[in-house]
Amino acid sequence: MEFLEIFLSANFWAAAIRIATPLIFGTLGALICERAGVLNLGIEGIFTAGAMAGWMAVWLGAGLFGGILVAALVGAMIGLIHAILTVPLGLSQHVSGIGVTMLATSAAYFTYRTALPDVTSPPRIEPFQPLNMPLLSDLPFLGPALFQHTVMTYIAIALVFLVAWVMARTPLGLAIRAVGDNPSSVDSQGLSVYGLRIGAVMAGSALMAIGGAFLTMAAFDAFFFGMVNGRGWICIALTVFASWRPKKALLGALLFGAFEAYQVRLQTEVGAVVPGEIFLMAPYVLSIIALVIAARGADYPRALLTPWFKGQR
Amino acid sequence: MAGQHRKAQAHDELAPVVLKIAGITKRFGALTANENVSLTLHQGDVVALLGENGAGKTTLMNILFGHYVADEGEILVAGAAGALEHLPPGSPQAALDAGIGMVHQHFTLAENLTGFENILLGVEPIFGLARGRSAARAKIEKIVTDSGLAVDLDTPVSSLTVGEKQRVEILKALFRDARILVLDEPTAVLTPQESEGLFQVVEKLAAAGLTVIFISHKLHEVLAASHRIAVLRGGVLVGELTTADADRGKIAELMVGREVPASQRSPMSPGAAVLKLDEVKVSGSDARRTLHAVSMVVHEREVVGIAGVAGNGQSALASLISGLVEPEAGRVEFCGDAVTTFSPRTFMSAGIGRIPEDRHHDGVVGAMTVAENLAIETLKDARFSQNGFLRFNGFQSHALEAIEAFDIRCSGPDAPTRLLSGGNMQKLILARVLENAPKLILANQPTRGLDVGAQTEVHKRLLAARERDAAVILISEDLDELFTLTDRIYVMHAGNLDDAGPTDALDRAAVGLMMAGHSAEATAS
Repeated sequence: MEFLEIFLSANFWAAAIRIATPLIFGTLGALICERAGVLNLGIEGIFTAGAMAGWMAVWLGAGLFGGILVAALVGAMIGLIHAILTVPLGLSQHVSGIGVTMLATSAAYFTYRTALPDVTSPPRIEPFQPLNMPLLSDLPFLGPALFQHTVMTYIAIALVFLVAWVMARTPLGLAIRAVGDNPSSVDSQGLSVYGLRIGAVMAGSALMAIGGAFLTMAAFDAFFFGMVNGRGWICIALTVFASWRPKKALLGALLFGAFEAYQVRLQTEVGAVVPGEIFLMAPYVLSIIALVIAARGADYPRALLTPWFKGQR
Repeated sequence: MAGQHRKAQAHDELAPVVLKIAGITKRFGALTANENVSLTLHQGDVVALLGENGAGKTTLMNILFGHYVADEGEILVAGAAGALEHLPPGSPQAALDAGIGMVHQHFTLAENLTGFENILLGVEPIFGLARGRSAARAKIEKIVTDSGLAVDLDTPVSSLTVGEKQRVEILKALFRDARILVLDEPTAVLTPQESEGLFQVVEKLAAAGLTVIFISHKLHEVLAASHRIAVLRGGVLVGELTTADADRGKIAELMVGREVPASQRSPMSPGAAVLKLDEVKVSGSDARRTLHAVSMVVHEREVVGIAGVAGNGQSALASLISGLVEPEAGRVEFCGDAVTTFSPRTFMSAGIGRIPEDRHHDGVVGAMTVAENLAIETLKDARFSQNGFLRFNGFQSHALEAIEAFDIRCSGPDAPTRLLSGGNMQKLILARVLENAPKLILANQPTRGLDVGAQTEVHKRLLAARERDAAVILISEDLDELFTLTDRIYVMHAGNLDDAGPTDALDRAAVGLMMAGHSAEATAS
């Protein structure tokens, strides 16, 4: 019954939440872009660039929150490239996004190698430490599972509710939802389609970069090649899974985190008999299954992938 | 209605001028879309801007709304104080600020938002909080009460009907205190009932001081709903008349530039039954796609009309006759033989030609050329393919013939079909259908959205097919069309098909009642 005992360890739940954190940032970012009608496949590269930029800023002495800020700015700038290509120029969002991923990934590696040509083991920084909350962190089981995370995890969860509120309850959220559904609706009411879309892509990209920065500044303490490892792509899938709703995105990210944490633990339990690759594959297979079920009724933003030009109806 | 008009006109003469379009000329390269057009509108006016497709109606309105800049001329709008002020050209924002609201033919609504949210869009400061929504709500509700534009403002627009979406669009303009409302082809997508409702609202708004311009190419609605008519032809304003003094023939002539002969069907004796449906049932996913035990028969040399408001099962009937759906029960006979295989291919090769309802989606492939679309249903023909390879020379020569014979206006056989106007696209489809000399032609709303000239052309071709022994089924919402073309009429309501009998013995009111589902009363009267 060791399969089920995993669920009883606080350690498993803590890992699930930790793994989910960058996915929460990334999925919120992808969701904002797509709600405005722009698919941002630059996400994988933006994760890498954010991870690199945040870490390097801290390594150069910027402080941890300074690092997050630098990562966000770098993300927003890369988002701006994607936005200019896809919004006013109306190029294919798929092609531009993949191009941006390759560009941002390579630029991050290039910067790292140029700054540190000779190191063999990556230099380490002092990352975010788990918070120690009075009373809460000392609770049995719940304390280690829920209340001993770094501040970035709590920021991610707070952002879920903030983004949900902005989308549902503010004029800005209204306009973003409208521009992703029918840009003419926004244009005919005197708002700028380009302004809204570019702004949304930049804001979304900034969140993606913060998700990347979590990897080097909280989960680990250094930058490695290939460390993003497909997390950006998972966020794209989670966005569909969540039907473009922030709270469902949180649920999806936690679910994926739990799959991932479970497979690592299962591997150590029964790894001797079953090849390890099966376990590595499992979270992705389960994600596909969950996606198939959840995406059937998915309500795509109607103008997603559709460029808009003024005067053309 | 007529009394109301006269009252409105008397009111016009005293009412202040709210809009003056002075000497507008607009050229696109060699094409002159508008030439020295001048028009003056008074408060409370309902002006119909009438003209064929391509006459320059929409161009003129786009200049008014700032989408285009005129090459010559200017536009003056009454300011808050009542004095006429120059409207800065090329700025939709300036037009909005001057109190001009425009409802485009293709709605500009975000479907995932509610009607209320669509109205608020762009009104609130974008980076602010959602304050003042209850005041906005009260204002909208007052407008709704005053105008009769009732619509559920709290469901997503995607679940509203086309008529309700249009109401939201009008509310958007009124909420921004529009004093001049421009409606571009407002009835193109509405059912007759919805159109009537719309014009009642327009009349009410005009009585309250709103000035309305509506663009149309439908004579009957222009006559029924406007106070004044301005006719554009080839970019020139060729006539301006009060509706009370206008008659149908006169304005049709103004609009087309020549006399429009009404299509006339010559008496003919029907021959053998071509298609026979006996208690045929089709159950679809919703009411629109369901038929409850319908029976009908169509003979050679006969046009049979299917009257009814859209969405009452016409699409199920059309799918059945095209071979797209298989009936659940009942018998279908074609030329005396029971039909057992239901597939579009067998139906087509048996001699059924179809003119689909949605010509853009189901009639042509927009991205393909005119020549390709003309050949697409008969690719196996030796002219078009040999040993599995296409013969482009065959495509070309065939297309040139069809373009000539059917007067399809396009730049040539290689023109992308999506660039054709609705009328020319329909001519292309007619050419393709009629070429195979079908025994039965299924024409589903064949003249919807076409101008008078193209309509006449379609009518002429269908009647010619009838003289050539074909049977024609004409599904239409337009009673004028049905009464001109058909020999017999069936009425469709809620998936049922009622035999109304020979057209010559029918009166419109009875058919109207049957369309609304009162078949018993209609037969009794």
